[in-house]
Amino acid sequence: MHDSPATTSSATMEHEAHNPALLHHFSDAQQQKDAASLGMWLFLVTEIMFFGGMFCAYLIYRVAHFNAFAAASQQLSIGMGAFNTAVLIISSVTVVLAVKAAEAGKRKVLVAYLVVTVLLGMTFLVVKGFEYREKFERHHVPGPTFKFTDTFDDNGKQIPVNPKEAELFFSLYFAMTGMHALHMIIGCGLFSVLAVLAWKGHYSPGYFTPIENAGLYWHLVDIIWIYLFPLLYLISRHS
Amino acid sequence: MSEHEEHTTHSQGFYIAIGIGLLIGTATTVGAAFVNLGAFNPVVALLIATIKATVVVLFFMHVKGASEKLTGAVVVSGFFFLAILLSLSLADYLTRSWR
Repeated sequence: MHDSPATTSSATMEHEAHNPALLHHFSDAQQQKDAASLGMWLFLVTEIMFFGGMFCAYLIYRVAHFNAFAAASQQLSIGMGAFNTAVLIISSVTVVLAVKAAEAGKRKVLVAYLVVTVLLGMTFLVVKGFEYREKFERHHVPGPTFKFTDTFDDNGKQIPVNPKEAELFFSLYFAMTGMHALHMIIGCGLFSVLAVLAWKGHYSPGYFTPIENAGLYWHLVDIIWIYLFPLLYLISRHS
Repeated sequence: MSEHEEHTTHSQGFYIAIGIGLLIGTATTVGAAFVNLGAFNPVVALLIATIKATVVVLFFMHVKGASEKLTGAVVVSGFFFLAILLSLSLADYLTRSWR
């Protein structure tokens, strides 16, 4: 079965006795953990570039149509955006405490943190839903019924803006927050499954890689929101 | 690969303190948005966002103190290529009115 030198082979066998989760092609548990974390990070880098493309499009169009983008951005609710930012930060804390509980082998604490994380994620999505509803009510959703009558405030002077350009802002708003919300929905599903598996005792201090990697994913989704919030909601309050 | 079987996680209090720090950062950036800083409003907002993101990457995602140095290299290269995407694209679009 093993073609490896006798020393490595015996070391592997020794570890196997301790940890059944250790796969044969890794020399020890730490190397296996590092490899999993590295692979997860490679995936997260593709996510950074994926969202990066949308951030780039947003910045270019914001430069090109500044007045309309500022006027449209001022229609967003800073209160709901800030609340959601706080919810996501608290959920990141519960995720990192879940990883810590997994490392310490506290099964019930781990399940509790995972469930709280899912609930916080759902809170975020519910608030986002209320924001979207307001956009529908005010005809700020791009499409045939789109209407935009607000003006750009240039130090007290009201300048009318091209509704087509404001529509472009809301297209990017829905693309970026919608794609972020989709990631949140996937994250909630992921953590629900992990909570069930953790309850059944699938994880031990020797093996909790899925918890750690799902945690990395959740933190990255949090980071994307950390940038979306100021870019969409905040930076156009003053010109 | 690993000289020491270390635990990269910190104490519960440490993570809660980091979380409170991030919440203070959020409150600061919301407050700063209502102060007219002219062209510096976006700069301040993005600076605070970058500090918050860096804290999350280093402490919540355990890149600081990771036993595998390659992880750090992958993270840095990821953000490096994002910086190329943004800076070269904007270097074009921001300078088109100069003709």
